Amino acid sequence: MHRYANPARFMRYSGAILPFAAGLTALLIGTGLYLGLFVAPADYQQGESYRIIFVHVPSAWLALFVYTNMAIASAVALIWKHPLADVAGRACAPIGAAFTVLALVTGSLWGKPMWGTWWVWDARLTSVLILFFLYLGYIALADAFDDPARGAKAAAILALVGFVNVPIIKYSVDWWNTLHQPATISQLGAPSIHPSMMIPLLLMAVGFTTYFVTVLILRMRAEIIGRKIRTMQLLQVQKKSTPSANVDGPPAAPAAESPS
Amino acid sequence: MTRKRRRLMFVATGMVVLAAAAGLVLTAFEDNLVFFHSPTDVGEKGIPEGKRFRLGGLVEENSVHKTDGGLTVAFRVTDLSNAIPVTYKGLLPDLFREGQGVVAEGVLNQEGVFEAAEVLAKHDENYMPPEVAEALKKSGYWQEKAAE
Repeated sequence: MHRYANPARFMRYSGAILPFAAGLTALLIGTGLYLGLFVAPADYQQGESYRIIFVHVPSAWLALFVYTNMAIASAVALIWKHPLADVAGRACAPIGAAFTVLALVTGSLWGKPMWGTWWVWDARLTSVLILFFLYLGYIALADAFDDPARGAKAAAILALVGFVNVPIIKYSVDWWNTLHQPATISQLGAPSIHPSMMIPLLLMAVGFTTYFVTVLILRMRAEIIGRKIRTMQLLQVQKKSTPSANVDGPPAAPAAESPS
Repeated sequence: MTRKRRRLMFVATGMVVLAAAAGLVLTAFEDNLVFFHSPTDVGEKGIPEGKRFRLGGLVEENSVHKTDGGLTVAFRVTDLSNAIPVTYKGLLPDLFREGQGVVAEGVLNQEGVFEAAEVLAKHDENYMPPEVAEALKKSGYWQEKAAE
């Protein structure tokens, strides 16, 4: 574990993975969209409108998956103080927020013609809206302190506290009666979707996951390089001011910012 | 090592306490978190007439009657053990049909008829091409799922 938590090594491996992840994303989403929008048959009840599930369902899955990753990264950052975990947590938040918005918007667009309403305050929709606010809160809190290490700590605690919402979202449709339908694909029992529709749905889900990996790597690399630049600038300023008795030199960079 | 251990224990304990608290709160709010009541719930809980609530269930087969040039609709909402008559004036969503799930918001009047101000269709989790649905119905494997 420690072996891969080294930023220099991370830069090397992630740079090698990046083109594959990006290529796979284009391939999977391209095939998934083609099969979903042109090849898959219309639904017996909803006609063509059901095709929004090829975007809506993977977005909703990823919204939960990204939050889970963010919570794990936050726990690792809090307990073991790995600098990379903090970088990963911060990189996750905007991606997860974007998936959540996508799930809410596509669901709303589908809800109007099918349910007859854009929005209802049922347990599923409300808990997903809370997930979106948790993402926004995390982003705001992480940057709310002058000292980035304190911001990271506060945001990590928020991410962990907010994690209780993830099982609530997942099981809201089973625990309470909601307007939102229960899960079509679950671990228990056969999926209640025809294979001709399930294959594009799964392709899209895997494609969204590789997209997440691609963007996560890009964002983490940018953050690591950004921190390196900040540390180098600090060192330069320090060097300039050391000959003059080191009186009003800036404080040394915090441990989390050292580029190893 | 001990500091890491302590932090790990702290985070783990925090998560357990948090999960327990969330569980208790959600159990306490159980009745307020449901989106609709089934016809059986309405009978058991004795919701007073004139109180606005949501009624959910399946649209009973052969119960839909349109009058007034299709503008006013009367139908029965059933959970397969009890049923409540509903009247509604307005546009129905695409998925509204007999045997399908529906959630209506409104009030019960003196005659025990539910006067809906809004009718929403509830979709189930099944997706299939029309031919497959036909084949299933023909072969007798078709089963209407009861409303939850």
